[in-house]
Amino acid sequence: MNITLSEVVFYIAAVIIMIFSVMTVTTKHMLRSATYLLFVLFSTAMFYFILDYTFLGAAQIIVYAGGIVVLYVFSILLTRSNKNLNLHVKPSKLAAAGITSLVGGAIILFCIYTHGFASTLVPATGDSELDMSTIGEALMGAGKYQYMLPFEAVSVLLLACMIGGIVIARKK
Amino acid sequence: MEIHIEYYLIVSTVMMVSGIYGFLTRKNILAMLISVELVLNATDINFAVFNRYLFPAHLEGHFFALFGIAIAAAETAVAIAIMINIYRNVRSIETKDIEEMKH
Repeated sequence: MNITLSEVVFYIAAVIIMIFSVMTVTTKHMLRSATYLLFVLFSTAMFYFILDYTFLGAAQIIVYAGGIVVLYVFSILLTRSNKNLNLHVKPSKLAAAGITSLVGGAIILFCIYTHGFASTLVPATGDSELDMSTIGEALMGAGKYQYMLPFEAVSVLLLACMIGGIVIARKK
Repeated sequence: MEIHIEYYLIVSTVMMVSGIYGFLTRKNILAMLISVELVLNATDINFAVFNRYLFPAHLEGHFFALFGIAIAAAETAVAIAIMINIYRNVRSIETKDIEEMKH
């Protein structure tokens, strides 16, 4: 029984994700919730690294951990919502939400286990880390299986959201 | 001992279910947005894992996860701008205080 390093990293990341994603939605303090979300996002980046999608993992760390969590922390402090998160939630509503989530999760897990995937292990193509030039050519090409149009659409979307954010949050 | 595809899917299922639970129970809109973030992240994991395990010669899932991250960032930025504007007008971002447009 030999355990490789990537399996150890996978199990550590999986445990971190499962614990902290539950704690993100159950903790009473808003800043702690944002911090636990940061742990979950870092562990997701570890998943991407294990899957050999290093560019995706780097983008996850830069965009989520570097951008979004900082934005959350700033807005939590600006709106003074740092405490009293679960105010006035009725126990019946908590129970209903818990039952809904548990039943939904059970259905999803049932579907996963009865589906029977075509290949449950990583295909033996070697330790093929995704090449950066492959990603660049696929992002910038306009042919089949290339993603010029979504790339441009996302750039326009980001511009629109930047303008929208400025207009909405501007002081009157 | 190998990492099966189901292990990743179990982890992302736990993440998505806890996101749904948080979205149903939280009273603060920022906390609800954090829960939505968990759900989006779980779908991104699924895209990457399906691409890696089932279609390793293609890159569709990888790029879909990449664009998903970009769109989640845009959505978060606009949502937080709206929330700060709401806080400036109502002095609260609890869901019980925001009901002007409900009736």
